[in-house]
Amino acid sequence: MAETNQDLHLEDLTKRFGDFAAVRDLTLTVPNGTFFALLGPSGCGKTTTLRMVAGLEDPTVGRISIGDQDITRLRPYKRPVNTVFQSYALFPHLTIFENVAFGLRRRGVKDYRQKTLDMIELVQLGPYAGRKPAQLSGGQQQRVALGRALINEPGVLLLDEPLGALDLKLRRQMQIELKRIQTEIEVTFVHVTHDQEEAMTMADTIAVMNQGVIEQMGAPEDLYENPVTTFVANFLGQSNLIMTDIIDGTGAEVIVDCQGQKIGVSPERSHAQGRKAWLGIRPEKIFASHVGEGEQADTNVLRGGRISDVSFIGVSTQYLVAMPWEQELMVFEQNTGRRPLFNNGDQVDLSWSSEHAFLLDADQDAHAGMMTPEDRE
Amino acid sequence: MTHGVVPPPATTAAVDGAMARRRGWGWLLLVPGMLYLAVFFVFPTVQLFLTSLYDPSGNYVQGYTLTWHFANYLDAIRDTWNLFVRSFIYAGIATGVCLLFGYPLAYAIAFKAGRWKNFMLVLVIAPFFTSFLLRTMSWRTILADQGPLADFLRTVHILPHDGRLLATSVAVVAGLTYNFMPFMTLPLFASLDKVDHRLIEAAGDLYSSPFTGFRKVTFPLSLPGVVSGTLLCFIPACGDYINAELLGTPKQYMVGNRIQSAFLTEHNYPLAASLSLILMAIVVVMVVAYVRRVGTEELV
Repeated sequence: MAETNQDLHLEDLTKRFGDFAAVRDLTLTVPNGTFFALLGPSGCGKTTTLRMVAGLEDPTVGRISIGDQDITRLRPYKRPVNTVFQSYALFPHLTIFENVAFGLRRRGVKDYRQKTLDMIELVQLGPYAGRKPAQLSGGQQQRVALGRALINEPGVLLLDEPLGALDLKLRRQMQIELKRIQTEIEVTFVHVTHDQEEAMTMADTIAVMNQGVIEQMGAPEDLYENPVTTFVANFLGQSNLIMTDIIDGTGAEVIVDCQGQKIGVSPERSHAQGRKAWLGIRPEKIFASHVGEGEQADTNVLRGGRISDVSFIGVSTQYLVAMPWEQELMVFEQNTGRRPLFNNGDQVDLSWSSEHAFLLDADQDAHAGMMTPEDRE
Repeated sequence: MTHGVVPPPATTAAVDGAMARRRGWGWLLLVPGMLYLAVFFVFPTVQLFLTSLYDPSGNYVQGYTLTWHFANYLDAIRDTWNLFVRSFIYAGIATGVCLLFGYPLAYAIAFKAGRWKNFMLVLVIAPFFTSFLLRTMSWRTILADQGPLADFLRTVHILPHDGRLLATSVAVVAGLTYNFMPFMTLPLFASLDKVDHRLIEAAGDLYSSPFTGFRKVTFPLSLPGVVSGTLLCFIPACGDYINAELLGTPKQYMVGNRIQSAFLTEHNYPLAASLSLILMAIVVVMVVAYVRRVGTEELV
């Protein structure tokens, strides 16, 4: 299966519900055998996209194909695609064995018994084959759902928030498990989630969706280190965004005036058009030092900070630093134990390497993609 | 447990007390229903049983004596077994037709009616706003020999030239079907409405055509509704006598008609009571066998 061309292509895919466009002009290719994540907040169109691939929604415009086969208008049961549903959607009146065997039996596969038993072994549910779904825990039900889909050897496996109903610890465990199974059987996984950590842990490629369009697509590290929109900067991890004026965009570094202090950013990380830009820097990339200490030649420095809040988390300490222009910046520091913690009211300078900052278009909302603590959970 | 010497573990005692109190309340809630059943079901049933064993030589005027005359049952069966058979056949056919018509109706209301769902449910129950007797009477007009329906059926030669609708078995079964249809439709609707649409989507995702999905997922999940619907139709239909009385002739009479006339016209109380109890016993046996076979306890 891995050798044949089974890439999933979406071309100009649009889905409208009345006047509302849930998905707009979506075009992307998922290479065969990769783990692809559609990441975004609820209502961003990621589930609608998944349902169109599954055949549960008809696209208003556009084309879906796997390899050379156009599947846009195929009924769901004729597509080489299987889904792990958000609620698992296990058949409550059937045993685990019958649930897993369901797809094979509908296609009239003769030796479905052995294959079903093998699959139940793969998802480590051997002793539970004769039970009903209601007699299983959430994590076990999740595995039944996975086995029930995988046994059909789909060209593409769709996962709709498959870990959403599990508690945090089990979720981490299942993330590793899912990734292991995906690597083992080399099936294309398209995973829909709103959990950025989940997407980053598992996916080879992430597409960040917002309001029906893809904001940015790439490897997790690229998205995190070099976001191109404020939405991505805030939705994947956290970012400090500071309003700046661009002074010189022609040299080896883009020079900006950051509230009266000059800062340099490498051009490939500058995504701003026009005169103004959001300067973005991740909290853990910032090094805080007592006034007059710790500057190096190639570091960018913001002076005049004052520690306004100290949260000791354990592995790290999170500071809020009040800047002269009345903005508080977040600074995370690993608790290496090599130097004492700062105290509230300490005067500090903030510095970072110029390859860590990024510039974003100034006409975007600096709060786009920010999540409340409840959203993160 | 000794009092005052060693204080018992406070938590255990508190929990026990709380549980005892809770259990006490639970039983209290049962009391009104139990009392009601005792007065209006257990007592009359015992009374009915005793009545069925009165000596048949007694009569309405001189009174009866309880002689434990079990032969009443044999007499009742010998004289009316054909009525029993007819009752079960009529009730069975009516229940089958109710299921055949009621299932698509309930399915449509549950899955396709959208915002009309509640309105359609009201329509299903609407006949209950008029009396059972009146509704059955109106069927006489519909099925009448000179009525439009009979005329039409004669014109298209479904009925022979001198054929009738009224006063036939068809009329009685049709009346039963009509009268018990809501009892089939409502439980069916209740269990179809509970079926998670995502399960049907999942069946489609797993290579089931819409029909296979129905056969393998929707229908099995609606079985509790099928069972309760068929029971709610079949049981009262077995004992019904209004439909046979109004839409049939003595040739279509069911066991209910015999019980009714034995009680109210002939005042042959032992016969009426033993017929009632035989009917009750047969229905109970049939229901138990049916429920066992379909295995609802696992489904509900």
